[in-house]
Amino acid sequence: MKWQSLSRTRRVELAMPWLVTLSMVLIWEIAVIAFKVPSFILPGPWEVWQTLVRFHGPIWTHALHTLFTTVVGFAIAVVFGVLLGIAIGSSRLVYNGLYPVLIGFNSVPKVAVVPVLVVWFGIGTVPAVITAFMISFFPIVVNVATGLATVEPELSDVLRSLGAKRRDILMKVGLPRAMPYLFASLKVAITLAFVGSVISETVAANEGIGYLMIQASSRFQIPLVFAGLVVIAALGIVMYVLFALLERRFTGWATRSNQPTTIATGS
Amino acid sequence: MTHPFVHLHKVGLTYAGADSGAGTAALEQCTLGVAKGEFVAVVGPSGCGKSSLMKLVTGLVPPSEGSIEVAGREVDGPLKIVGMAFQNPTLLPWRSTLANVMLPLEIVEPHRSRLRSDKAAYVAKAQRLLATVGLTGFDDKPPYQLSGGMQQRASLCRSLIHEPELLMLDEPFGALDAFTREELWAVLQDVWLQQRFTCILVTHDLREAVFLADRVLVMSNRPGRIVSDHTVPLPRPRTLATTFEKDFVDITQRLREEISLVRQGKSPVPVHEVAA
Ligand SMILES: Nc1ncnc2c1ncn2[C@@H]1O[C@H](COP(=O)(O)OP(=O)(O)O)[C@@H](O)[C@H]1O
Ligand SMILES: [Mg+2]
Repeated sequence: MKWQSLSRTRRVELAMPWLVTLSMVLIWEIAVIAFKVPSFILPGPWEVWQTLVRFHGPIWTHALHTLFTTVVGFAIAVVFGVLLGIAIGSSRLVYNGLYPVLIGFNSVPKVAVVPVLVVWFGIGTVPAVITAFMISFFPIVVNVATGLATVEPELSDVLRSLGAKRRDILMKVGLPRAMPYLFASLKVAITLAFVGSVISETVAANEGIGYLMIQASSRFQIPLVFAGLVVIAALGIVMYVLFALLERRFTGWATRSNQPTTIATGS
Repeated sequence: MTHPFVHLHKVGLTYAGADSGAGTAALEQCTLGVAKGEFVAVVGPSGCGKSSLMKLVTGLVPPSEGSIEVAGREVDGPLKIVGMAFQNPTLLPWRSTLANVMLPLEIVEPHRSRLRSDKAAYVAKAQRLLATVGLTGFDDKPPYQLSGGMQQRASLCRSLIHEPELLMLDEPFGALDAFTREELWAVLQDVWLQQRFTCILVTHDLREAVFLADRVLVMSNRPGRIVSDHTVPLPRPRTLATTFEKDFVDITQRLREEISLVRQGKSPVPVHEVAA
């Protein structure tokens, strides 16, 4: 794709995220300088950048660890969420039984659960993986179930009058129909998974960006805390973009044919 | 008619109400027979239970009263020999037109188990069918690149690909413009003249009913039942020119009068004896 060959509006569209980020960084830097904010309260972006460069070794190791726990927790959430979504979306009985429980579960602040997980599994990777899983599976379940529930009744009539079994309808229509919903939820779920693993790391871990940040703040190394935040944000964006690309690749029909794709978010 | 292919005897259908109160009676004392290979149209005011009739005949919904027989057997679950098409083409947007047409082959035996080994033959068959409805060259196109009329043609192909003995059409051309609709009447008639499946067409377009059907049944207001039965003696193949002939216009006119009586809740006179 050549930059010159793009239309003016498209170029502006593509440049927008960078422009906005850059301006925010600039405003931040200017504000910090203008109001003489001390760096242990709020470091400027330049100082954060220098910290990132200086500590890039440990930051990299911890970031990889956080990425690992997040992806593992997220992967479990996808498998579990899709299966549960299928069960809820294709059976009224399961729906009626499980939905209230799920809503209740999703309303529980996950930070409150971490100490319990520590009691069960000890400090370290396992609570982080579980927290990432717990926080990210809900939107997947809801969206898969919604996708299955929006199959046109006439379409399942067509299939049933051909003698299709429930499984046929699920495989031929239900799941493909649910794909756009699934991918929409994956984009949200992966960012939520980061929130989960970092929360757990800040409470009970000896590895990961969350742990690094807690250590740094206890030593008043506020620039390092911010460096950690920047790394998490960057990881979140990268994963989001990855899933957005996958979404475009696999469910292009949905956007091109103006199928509705709603998104349920969880927290 | 001694042994109709499709036979409804005093069928009633009541949808359960939202609360435990009285439900909606969609059909009541509905009796009709359709011979094998016959093309029957059912007309009636909107909401009189035409779509419900389709669901009953195909076994998608069980009757509350009465009995339904298709091909000499009591209907007690979804039939497997049926093709269906609706007003909404309901093509799968993630499949190409060809793959959409071939969907029933992935479900109906014996095609289901043969599909993989005889792929080429089945593809050729689907392409031939697409050609008969004038959709050559659209195999690989996804549905959203087809116009409404083309989508409906593809939907018609999908309902016919597995050579069903019974074709059920629920206002299949209702959403199309007049030109496309009349074009598709001819297409459907051609396919039917070739394959001679039994066909039940639900429509609110009286000209469509008379153009396509051997027999036109008029349904009463809800709860629906068949209140009159008209044989259409016009020779086939019928063309657009037929629709301007006196016989055609007369039948259509009579149907129109009956429907307007039915809509006022009156019974059309004279009441024709319904084949039972
Ligand atoms: N699934 C359903 N649940 C409850 N009532 C229904 C349902 N389907 C149809 N009805 C009611 O049954 C009546 C007949 O509907 P329908 O068969 O769709 O009529 P038509 O196709 O002739 O317009 C209508 O009054 C409609 O509201
Ligand atoms: Mg209807």
